[in-house]
Amino acid sequence: MELLSHLMDGFAIAFQPFNLGMMALGCLLGLFIGAMPGLGSVNGVAILLPITFFVPPTAAIIFLAAIYYGSMYGGAISSIMLGIPGASTAVATTFDGRPMALQGKADYALVAAAVASFVGGTISIILFTLFAPPLADFALRFGPQETFALMVLAFATFVGLGGDDIPKTIFMILLGLVLSTVGLDVISGRPRLVFFDLQGFYKGISFIVLAIGIYGIGEMLWTLETSRGKVEIANHRFTYKRLMSALGDLKRAWGTMTFSSLLGYFVGVLPAAGATPAALMAYGLTKSFARDPEKFGKGDIRGVAAPEAANNAASTGSMLPMMTLGIPGSPTTAILLGGMVIWGLTPGPLLFIEQADFVWGLTASLYAANFVTVILNIALIPVFVWVLRMPFMILAPLIFVLCFVGGYAPDTRMFDPWLILLFGFVGYVMRKLDYPLAPLVLAIVLGPLAENSFRQTMIADLGDWTVFFTRPLSGIIMGLAILLFIAPFLKRFLSRGKTSTLET
Amino acid sequence: MGLKRRGALGLGAVGALAIVATGTTSAIAEGWKPVKPVEFVVMAGQGGGADKLARFIQSIIEKNKFAEVPFIPVNKGGGSGADALRTLKDNAGNDHMIMATLNSYYTTPLRNPGIGVNIEEFTPIIRLAEDAFILWVNSETDIKSVDDYAKVVKEKGTGWKMGGTGSGQEDSLVTTMLEKAYGLKMTYVPFKGGGTVAANLVGNHVNSTVNNPSEAIGFQQAGKVRPLAALTAERLPLFPDVPTFKELGKDLVYRMQRSVVAPGGLKPEVAAYYTALFEKVFKSEEWQGYCKKNALQCTPLTGEPLKAYFAAEKKAHEALLKEMGEIK
Repeated sequence: MELLSHLMDGFAIAFQPFNLGMMALGCLLGLFIGAMPGLGSVNGVAILLPITFFVPPTAAIIFLAAIYYGSMYGGAISSIMLGIPGASTAVATTFDGRPMALQGKADYALVAAAVASFVGGTISIILFTLFAPPLADFALRFGPQETFALMVLAFATFVGLGGDDIPKTIFMILLGLVLSTVGLDVISGRPRLVFFDLQGFYKGISFIVLAIGIYGIGEMLWTLETSRGKVEIANHRFTYKRLMSALGDLKRAWGTMTFSSLLGYFVGVLPAAGATPAALMAYGLTKSFARDPEKFGKGDIRGVAAPEAANNAASTGSMLPMMTLGIPGSPTTAILLGGMVIWGLTPGPLLFIEQADFVWGLTASLYAANFVTVILNIALIPVFVWVLRMPFMILAPLIFVLCFVGGYAPDTRMFDPWLILLFGFVGYVMRKLDYPLAPLVLAIVLGPLAENSFRQTMIADLGDWTVFFTRPLSGIIMGLAILLFIAPFLKRFLSRGKTSTLET
Repeated sequence: MGLKRRGALGLGAVGALAIVATGTTSAIAEGWKPVKPVEFVVMAGQGGGADKLARFIQSIIEKNKFAEVPFIPVNKGGGSGADALRTLKDNAGNDHMIMATLNSYYTTPLRNPGIGVNIEEFTPIIRLAEDAFILWVNSETDIKSVDDYAKVVKEKGTGWKMGGTGSGQEDSLVTTMLEKAYGLKMTYVPFKGGGTVAANLVGNHVNSTVNNPSEAIGFQQAGKVRPLAALTAERLPLFPDVPTFKELGKDLVYRMQRSVVAPGGLKPEVAAYYTALFEKVFKSEEWQGYCKKNALQCTPLTGEPLKAYFAAEKKAHEALLKEMGEIK
């Protein structure tokens, strides 16, 4: 019951008018930051960090955590409305969210995203409250071997993501892996694939640049060509009735949301994994275990709910290693860590004891932030839908501008906008040739994680690859990954068995 | 094409210099002051050690109102800081730009001569601190001293895993120094950041590290890791019981510098302004507290002595890298 009294103290702190105001402001800002293609929670938190110099640490972390949180919700908005993932965490949301929008069900998808995010956020914060210290110990058991096994599991979920054309999917994964190696290699400290000796390639190709190019520019070009500028998205006014009917649709997705939240939380807790693999794995696993996987990718509400529940759960999860171990579970928590230094706090095992106010104030504010964002989100749906109703000749240039600004902002160098143009053109051509784009984008996110953890293991264990199977944790994960690889075949086999028993 | 662009940028910088020069002549009388936000270039990505420090400095300047304009951190972490160094070079004469450095300030231009940066062209402003390196092991082991350590590592050979940051970066240099001094040969496992390195030591995924105090101090206080010896000239006040390698008879001293520099071609009064500003930052309560808490060695260095310090460190790093076979 000590926990409960801590939490009550936390609520008392979180509900102080000033803290509550900071939280609401943070949620709103985060929502917009997340919704802008290119601007993700990382940039948002970095840009707004100076505001926190002048407020007490607890208010500061509540504000920044709310931005982080809000942007997880917001990322889904551009994924659904424009088909451009606002952040890497929202890539999986495009798979079914975009088709839903094109079928005139953008509001349904947005409701699903908001509710799933709420569920993911709430389940994860409850887990956070109950099991923070033991989970921190669990996270420590994750070495490079386990990280690599986890990446294999994530790649296993790619099976079927790219549609029916397996060779094309594999080609795109490999292309993404090659692109992910461009730049300075951490392990050897040497530059790789610096084409034409251009300085810009030293930095590597970031996910944002690739995603904006391929989804933003490429998608726009594609739409321009196929529609000749006459884009008609069947649109309904968002009414109470539609909200209720959307919520009714979501009933089918409860299991999905709960499962994805749990998965997202655990993946988020692991150092160096973060919300992107979590969202992807949630989508992949939901699809693999669904009775009707063929519906995914064509506008299935579960395809929106799974990644959205998972990425919100993971963002809460990634605060755990940040606070208890002082290591960031995601790029955004890395900046929050920097913030903690500024506010004079030392993250680490003792934070929960020495700075109980801070920890529990934050925890309580996350409960509240969940409510605020879900309400904000649903209230703003009419605005988002209105944006879609804009004539395409106004919307298209706006999106182009947003794409370039979003691509330029993180590193402020012109090299990135040029790359975006290049990828945009390549993405357009690949789309025409019917190559799946998602595996490419996801490979560039997961590639470096997989490569580094694999090479770290090979160095540490002197080239012995059996460790992936003999270490208990990585062995279990590897086993799951292999199961997942063969799951489609297994399922076919099982269902055949079932029909044959019916026949007899 | 790369060459052409570089040329164009160079011309642009000269043009900017001309404009700035005419623009500031009137201000010289009462000393120079920035008239627009100052770009605070960081040689690391968002969330890295250098980034945290730059943002901390930004908070000190803003909280104490040391400057009338904001200082805005701009991350140029690409290519181990190559991006940042190049930016600073291309901005020669830009009065509204400074940069927070770390040791890649020396090593990156040496390892990548292609970027065409000579750090001696830059304007040194101040050295704020030097971060120490300590040899750590997991406290579950029986290793209590450097002698124990050397014995065990000799036995294990390449089965002993030393965790650290990327190859060619500080931790790997320190590891090479250790190996040479004690005649050891261990396996170096590179990770992306110091915090991850420390966590991997606690989780027993590596056997030892050379983390900075700030990265491991939380774990030490929780009794998870044990410091064996420091690569400093004198004992660290925060670790009075931890001997230095010097005391143990090996001349192993290595430090990570935390300094601020500005582009080359600045007028003396501009450099004087930034130096005075950072002297104030240095004396601030926040900075002094930060030094103590993170076991930083904080002795400020400015002007000519700083220039000499940079030159000496660059030479030392050149020799180290050559020894490691990283450069010729």
